[in-house]
Amino acid sequence: MTQIQASELSSEMEERVRKVELLISNLLRMGVILSLTLVVFGTVVSFTQHPEFLSERSFFGGSSAPRSPILHSLSNVGAGLMAFKGEAIVTLGILLLIATPVIRVGVSIFAFIYQRDRLYTLITATVFCLLLLSFVLGKVE
Amino acid sequence: MIQRGCDNFEVIDSKIDALVAGIPTIIAMTLLQFDLSVLSISVFAGLLGSLLGLGGGIIIIPVLTLLFKIDIRYAIGASIVSVIATSSGAAAAYVKERMTNLRVAMVLELATSAGALTGAYLAGQLGVRWLYVIFGIVMGYSALMMFRKRHQSLGDEAIPAPWADYLRLHSSYYDEASAGEIVYRVARTRVGLGLMYIAGVVSGLLGIGSGALKVPAMDLAMRLPIKVSTATSNFMIGVTAAASAGVYFARGDIDPFIAAPVATGVLVGAVLGSRLLGRLQSTTIRLVFVVVLLWVSGQMLLKGLHG
Repeated sequence: MTQIQASELSSEMEERVRKVELLISNLLRMGVILSLTLVVFGTVVSFTQHPEFLSERSFFGGSSAPRSPILHSLSNVGAGLMAFKGEAIVTLGILLLIATPVIRVGVSIFAFIYQRDRLYTLITATVFCLLLLSFVLGKVE
Repeated sequence: MIQRGCDNFEVIDSKIDALVAGIPTIIAMTLLQFDLSVLSISVFAGLLGSLLGLGGGIIIIPVLTLLFKIDIRYAIGASIVSVIATSSGAAAAYVKERMTNLRVAMVLELATSAGALTGAYLAGQLGVRWLYVIFGIVMGYSALMMFRKRHQSLGDEAIPAPWADYLRLHSSYYDEASAGEIVYRVARTRVGLGLMYIAGVVSGLLGIGSGALKVPAMDLAMRLPIKVSTATSNFMIGVTAAASAGVYFARGDIDPFIAAPVATGVLVGAVLGSRLLGRLQSTTIRLVFVVVLLWVSGQMLLKGLHG
């Protein structure tokens, strides 16, 4: 292969990578919009489900004491969603928001595989594993 | 102690009147009133954060703890969620402008993610008072950093950079001001990695983006152009925050009724700030804010020291 062909090939590759990048950046934005929509919708739902949230005056210093316990495992969130609980919808939105950059990194792994870039596939995969590890680490404590 | 009111709520309840009399900022309100006040104050925090070039997190945490008397752990949990929202929202725009150096971001993410995991883990082990003290110090530092001179270039002499060569970190970007590609070389990758680990620990520990630590690590140590540093830092902030947010979620520190108004408000404020007003240039106004932020960081320090 001559050098000119090679450079043409790489610029074509760059163009494709660029398209993937733009697609990902739109996904990022949609992820944020979708998750915040869920968060707002869930908050409204929980207020309609708990009329006491509108009338009961309490002291908010320090805790979420008078409310339902905080959902902090996927199975609890799933169960709450089945029951159409407002708090569970809010938590789903928050989880989606946390997942957005994680998915972003996950997609980048494929982008680097596509570029046949072994070194960066490895680096990105390691970052991805660290991100997944965070959920495990919080649970182990 | 008010901050750990979770299990002795009745006791606190009886003390409300006394506290309301003593400290005017504590008000008994319904959850709706609480959420609406947090929402509006978060919009303001996001707006101010984007005007000053700080994140919203560093402003919202003192507000939640000092004004609303929320446990700092829940404040951190809510803030980290808002950091992800703001970063992901802004990263999309930077990718379009081709400012982000994705390779540099990925390599440095190794350090910041590991740091964020360490920080989020430490936050569960350290006492609450330490969180206030460290927050006060970092906030004071970040406020002073707003006055840092922004160097566009630090000279062109090439520093030997075997790591950056091996990792192919050198790149270029399109500069609108000069209407041309600007080619740059990256140096001191290992120093950058070390500084980024620290930035990650701070981010995970305090639930802030710690852009004030990331940007200088890139433009001063690694010699990236300031525009590239800012864009790449913004991209990395979301990933770093996701690493610690997982820990906070699993630990049960993300309270949906605090995180929801904070995340929504800070994002709306940040978008408004960047769309309508741009970056604040006036030195006098910045000076006023620096003084205010330094005062707040002093309050956080005091709260930590006196318990």
